[in-house]
Amino acid sequence: MTTDAPRRLRVLAAMSGGVDSAVAAARAAEAGHDVTGVHLALSENPKSFRTGARGCCTIEDSHDARRAADVIGIPFYVWDLAERFREDVVEDFFAEYEAGRTPNPCLRCNEKIKFAALLDKALALGFDAVCTGHYATVVEHPDGSRELHRASDMAKDQSYVLGVLDDQQLAHAMFPLGDTLTTKAEIREEAARRGLFVAKKPDSHDICFIADGDTQAFLAKRLGTVEGDIVDEAGAKLGTHEGAYGFTIGQRKGLRIGTPAPDGKPRYVLDISPVDNTVTVGPAEALDVTALTAVRPRWCGAAPTGPGTYTAQLRAHGGETEVTADLVDGELRVAFTEPVRGVAPGQAIVLYDGTRVVGSATIATTERVRAVA
Amino acid sequence: MVYLDHAATTPMLPEAVQAMTAQLTVTGNASSLHAAGRRARRTVEEARESLASALGARPSEVVLTAGGTEADNLAVKGLYWARRDADPARTRVLASPVEHHAVLDAVEWLAEHEGARVEWLPVDGYGRVHADAFRAAVARNPDDVALATVMWANNEIGTIMPVRELADVAAEFGIPLHADAVQAFGQLEVDFAASGLAAMTVSAHKIGGPYGVGALLLRREYAPVPVLHGGGQERQVRSGTLDTPGIAAFAAAARYAVGHREEFARDIGALRDVLVKAVRAAAPDAVLGGDPDPAGRLPANAHFSFPGCEGDSLLLLLDAQGIACSTGSACTAGVAQPSHVLLAAGMDADLARGTLRFSLGHTTTEADVAAVAEAIGPVVERARSAGLS
Repeated sequence: MTTDAPRRLRVLAAMSGGVDSAVAAARAAEAGHDVTGVHLALSENPKSFRTGARGCCTIEDSHDARRAADVIGIPFYVWDLAERFREDVVEDFFAEYEAGRTPNPCLRCNEKIKFAALLDKALALGFDAVCTGHYATVVEHPDGSRELHRASDMAKDQSYVLGVLDDQQLAHAMFPLGDTLTTKAEIREEAARRGLFVAKKPDSHDICFIADGDTQAFLAKRLGTVEGDIVDEAGAKLGTHEGAYGFTIGQRKGLRIGTPAPDGKPRYVLDISPVDNTVTVGPAEALDVTALTAVRPRWCGAAPTGPGTYTAQLRAHGGETEVTADLVDGELRVAFTEPVRGVAPGQAIVLYDGTRVVGSATIATTERVRAVA
Repeated sequence: MVYLDHAATTPMLPEAVQAMTAQLTVTGNASSLHAAGRRARRTVEEARESLASALGARPSEVVLTAGGTEADNLAVKGLYWARRDADPARTRVLASPVEHHAVLDAVEWLAEHEGARVEWLPVDGYGRVHADAFRAAVARNPDDVALATVMWANNEIGTIMPVRELADVAAEFGIPLHADAVQAFGQLEVDFAASGLAAMTVSAHKIGGPYGVGALLLRREYAPVPVLHGGGQERQVRSGTLDTPGIAAFAAAARYAVGHREEFARDIGALRDVLVKAVRAAAPDAVLGGDPDPAGRLPANAHFSFPGCEGDSLLLLLDAQGIACSTGSACTAGVAQPSHVLLAAGMDADLARGTLRFSLGHTTTEADVAAVAEAIGPVVERARSAGLS
C-alpha cells in the first residue's frame, strides 16, 4: 500500500507447488518486479508423489512449482534446505511434544526457514524481498517503516503464522495475496486465467512433513510408546495411554477411557506431565484459563513499554479474545478479560492492535480458574 | 544469451536440420518391404554407412538407439547378461567411478538385481583410470569378469581416459571393454576400430544432431541380450521402428563434426584457454577441475570449483545475467548434490559443492568468453557472501 509508484524489486518467490504461492509469484511479476521462483526442498527423503491430497515437499510438488514458474515466465530453482528444516523445525517439533507442549511448526518454519535461512541467502544473492502466498497485509509508511496487518479477508487471514516476524524480516517480506478481498475460489479462477494448472490442486493442510496426516504415528515412530496413566483431577486412574506426548491440552477425542464421568459430561485433557508420563483429564470448565505467561517474545516493531490492551489469537484459525499484556523480565504476562478454554503451552499467542500484528510469544504456563491437581 | 552449456546439448547444425526436415514428410517404415519401406531403409542404411565411416567402424557394427542413455544401458546390461549366460562365473563388473549416470546407475542396478559384483576402478586426482590399475583389477581373476566400462572422456571435468591402453589390457585378457564416448565424439579423434573397444556409445544431440538418437558401436563377435524386445530390428539387439529422420540427421551431423573436428578442437581449445585464464584472473582461488594439461582434457571443457560458494548460487547469478552454464553435477529432485565425479577424484565435499562447468561449442564466440570474464568476479564474490546453506 505504498503511495509512491512501486520500485522494481528483485524478488525471490517461495513456491511450494500450491496455488497460493503460484498466484503470489505471478502477481509480483505482473506488478513489474524482477521475480525468481524457488522451491524449498525440505524433506531429506522426498517421496515421489503425494499420498492423497496432503503434503508438500514431494518431487511432484517441485515439478508443479517449476511448471508454474515456466508459465509465469520466471527463472526457477530448487534450494535444498532440508538439513536446516530438520534441525530447526522437525527436531523442535519432537522436542516440544516430548516436553508435553503443542508446537506450531508453521510459525517455526516462517521464523527460522522462510524468513531466516531463505531470506538471508536471498539478500546475500542480491534479492530485495522474499514473496510468499500467505494471506496477510504489509502496510508501509512514508518513513519506510512497515506494519503487518491481518489480510483484508479475515476468513483467510494467516497473519497468525507470520506473527513471529520481527521488523527486519518484515522489511523484506512481500505478500501479494493479502490485500485483496478475493475468495479462495477467486484465487483458483485467477490461477486458471493465468494458465497455472495448479488452479485445481487441493489445498495442503496440516503439517507438511507428516505426509499422511497421522501426527500420532509420526511422533510414536520417533519417541516410542511408553505406557502411562490417564487420571482424573483427584489423581484416580481412569485408563492408560501410550505416551503423554501424544496429547494436547483441551483434547477430547481419542482418550479411550472406558468408564464415563460420574456426571456424564465429556472429559478433556487438562494437563500433560512428561516427567511421570501422566495425562490428567476433567470437565470442560476446568480448562478455563484466566492468564498466561509466554516466552521468546518477538515484536513486529517497537516492544510495548507497559501494560496494554490488545486482542489476542491463541491458535491458527482461532478467534480473537481481549487481553491485557505486559512485558516483565523478558516474559509476556497476559491476563484475559474473559476466561478462555483450551490454551496449550507451546502454541503461540499473537497480539493485535486492531488489525495490526504487535508481536508474538510462545505460551509457557497458564493459570486456570480451577487449579489442576 | 551467452550459451556455455554445449555438453548438455548443442544447437543443431544446419546440415542436420536440413537432413531431418527432408525426411519428416516422407512416409516409410524401414522394415517394410514395399517401395516406401525400401526408400526409408536406403536412407537409414546410407546414414549407417556414413556414421560408420565417421567413427572408424563397419556399418554392421552400428546399432542405432534412441540416444546415449539407451546405448549405455544396452552395453552394460546386455553384455553382462550375455557374458554371464555363457559362463555363470562371470559376474564381476569393472567400472570407473566417474561414469555418467547412464552407466553408473545401470551398473548399480545390475548389482542390486542381477547379482553383479561391482568393482570401482581407482582414479587419480583428475578422475583418470590408469592402465596398470585396470590390469591389476582384471588380473585378480580374469575369468570372472563380465565386462568393464570406462568412459572415453568425462562429461563434467573433461578428463580424457587412456582408452587405447585400457582396451589393450582388456584384449589381453579377452574381456569386453565398453566406453561411453558421448562427450569425446566431435572433439577428439574417435576411431572405433583403432580404439580396440568392444562397444562404444555415441549420441546425436551432443554433436549438433537431434535429440533422441544415438548408437552403440558394437564389435560383431558380441551379441548383447536385448534390453528392448520386439520386432528384431538392429541385429536382433535393439527392437523398435527406426527413426529415419533422426538417423539421417545424426549422420549429417556426424559427417560435419568429423570433417571439421581438427579445426574445431583447435579453435575451441584456444577459446577455452582464454576463458580459463580469465576466470582464474577474476577469481584467483578458483580450482580448475580435471587435467590442466590441454592434451589430457576435452578442448571445449572448463570446470572450476570456487571455495565457499554454492554451485546453485553461482548458476543463479550467471543465469540472471543471461549466461547459461552448468554446475556439472547430477540432480536429485532438482536438488544439487556434490558431484560423484569430484568426490571420486578426491575433492573435499564442501569444495565440490561450489562448481561450475563451462562447455563451449560450435556457436561459441569470443564475446561469450568475454561476457563470462566480466561477470565471474562479482558473481563469485556475491555467491561467497551467501555462503553454503
